[in-house]
Amino acid sequence: MNSNKRKRDTLNRPGFITLLHSYFLRHVQVFFYSLGQLSRVPISTLMTCMVIGIALALPMGLHTLLKNAQQLSGGWESTAQISVFLKKKISASQAQKIQSDIQRWPDVISVHYISRERALKEFQALSGFGDALKALNTNPLPSVLIVKPKLSQTNEQATQKLLSKLRNLKQTDKAQLDMQWVRRLYAIMNIVERGVLILGILLALAVLLVVGNTIRLAIQNRRKEIVVMKLIGGTDAFIRRPFLYTGFWYGLFGGVIAWMLVSFTMLSISAPIEKLTMLYQNQFELTGMSFLTTMSLLGISIILGLIGSWFAVGRHLREIEPQ
Amino acid sequence: MIRFVNASKRYSSGFDALQNVSFHMAPGEMAFLTGHSGAGKSSLLKLIALLERSSRGQVIVNNQNLAKVSRRRIPYFRRNIGIIFQDHQLLFDRTVYDNVALPLIIAGFSHKDIGKRVRAALDKVGLLGKEKKYPITLSGGEQQRVGIARAVVNKPPLILADEPTGNLDPELSAEIMNLFQDFSDVGVTVLVATHDIALISQLPYRTLTLKDGKLITDSQPTSS
Repeated sequence: MNSNKRKRDTLNRPGFITLLHSYFLRHVQVFFYSLGQLSRVPISTLMTCMVIGIALALPMGLHTLLKNAQQLSGGWESTAQISVFLKKKISASQAQKIQSDIQRWPDVISVHYISRERALKEFQALSGFGDALKALNTNPLPSVLIVKPKLSQTNEQATQKLLSKLRNLKQTDKAQLDMQWVRRLYAIMNIVERGVLILGILLALAVLLVVGNTIRLAIQNRRKEIVVMKLIGGTDAFIRRPFLYTGFWYGLFGGVIAWMLVSFTMLSISAPIEKLTMLYQNQFELTGMSFLTTMSLLGISIILGLIGSWFAVGRHLREIEPQ
Repeated sequence: MIRFVNASKRYSSGFDALQNVSFHMAPGEMAFLTGHSGAGKSSLLKLIALLERSSRGQVIVNNQNLAKVSRRRIPYFRRNIGIIFQDHQLLFDRTVYDNVALPLIIAGFSHKDIGKRVRAALDKVGLLGKEKKYPITLSGGEQQRVGIARAVVNKPPLILADEPTGNLDPELSAEIMNLFQDFSDVGVTVLVATHDIALISQLPYRTLTLKDGKLITDSQPTSS
C-alpha cells in the first residue's frame, strides 16, 4: 500500500523542471493578467495612477528646476571678483600705476580702476543716499580696483591666495572677495534642495498609502476568490502575486504620468525662461529630465508601488481565512 | 487515512463543537457523516482540512499529525484533499475550465498536463462540452459537478464533501453519490457529510453519526 501510495504521489506532482517552468510561466501570466484586470476598470485605474503621478511629479519637477538653477549659477563662480579698496591718500596716478602692476600678475585677467570721484557718482546714483552725501565735505569713498582672477584660478584656494596677496600690498586698505552673495545663493539652494528631498519623502509616503489603500480595496473585492484559493491549497505567495503585480503596474503608470507632467511643464516654461535669461544677456537653455533621472523616477515609482501593495497584502491576506 | 483520537473542538465562545471524537477511516474507504445541523459535522470536516485546529486530542490525516503542520505548510497539505462544498465555492468570473484548472495551476502543472487533466475530470462528471461556459449559466446540479471536478482534478487521495446534495433533487443527488462511489472504487478515501438520511440509507456504506458534538453511532453497512 505504501509503495502504491508513493507511486500515486509522484504521479500527482509535477517534476522539478516542470515546476520551475510553470513558475516562470505563471509569473508571465500573472504579469499580463493583472494588467488585464486593471484595464477592465480603466477610469479608476487612471485615477489611481494620476494621483501617484501628480504626487511624484511635484518633487521631481522641483528637483529638475533646482538642477537647472544650479547649472545656471554654476557659471557665476567664475565671475568672482576681488574689490581692492585703496588707502585714501593714494592719488589717482598712483592708483593707475598699481593697476598696471597688478595687471601683469599671472593669476589676474583684468584690473578695472574706479576713481574716488566715479565711485561717489555711482554711489549717489544707485544708493539713494545722494542727498545725505552732499552734506559731507569730503568724499568718504576710496578708489577701488576691481580684480578678476584668471578662470583657471577659480578654485577657492587660489582665489584666497590672490586675495591675501592683494591684501598685503602696502597701498591696500582692504580687499574683499565679492562672492558672498553667490555663497548665500548656494546656501539657499542647499536649503531648497533639502526641502525638495523632504517633500519627496512625504509624497513618496503618500504614494505608498495610495497604492496600499487601492490594493486593500482590491483584496476586499476579491475576498471570495482568495478564500477559494486558500481552500484548494494556494500558498500565500501564489495569492499575493497578482496583487503585487497590480502594485507594479500602478507604480509604472504613475511614474510615466509623472514623467509626462514634468516634461510638459518644462516644455511650457522653457520659452519664457529663455526670454528671461535673454534679458540678462545670458544664453541659457532649460534642460529637461535626463535619461538617468527618468529611469530613476520610474524605478522609484515601481518600487513604491510594490512596497505599497506588499504592505497591504501582508496586512490583509491573513485576515481572510476560509470559514 | 483519517484517524481521530479523542479530538475535541471548543470555540473561543465556549461552545463545544466536538467532544472526544475517535474513529479511523482506512485508505479507500467511503463513509457518511451525519447528524442534525449543529451536531458538529462541519466542525469535523474543518478539523480534517485544517480550517480549524482541534483544541484537544489528535487528528491524523494521511499519516500527518495535523497539530504538527505549520501554518506555512497548510496549503501543501490541502492539495492532498479535494473539498466539495454545498455552495460549490466556484469563481463566477472564470469559465468552467479555469475553475477546474485552478488546483493544477496552483500546484504548478504544465500547460499540457492541465488541459489533459481538466478534460479528464470534466469528462468524469459529464460536463466535457461545457468547459467554456461560465458557472452562472449552469444548473445547480451542473455547478456542483464542476465543484466535484475541481476537487478531484489533481487526484487527491482524500475527498471531503460537505452537504454536496443539499440543494439538489433526489435524482441528481443519487448521481452525485454515484460519482463518489466511483472515486472510492479507485482507492480514494471519501467522507461525505450529509443529513439526507433517506439517501444514505439506500447505500451500503459506513455511517458516522454525530449528536451535540459526540460520535454516537459508527455503523458498518449491513451486508447486502
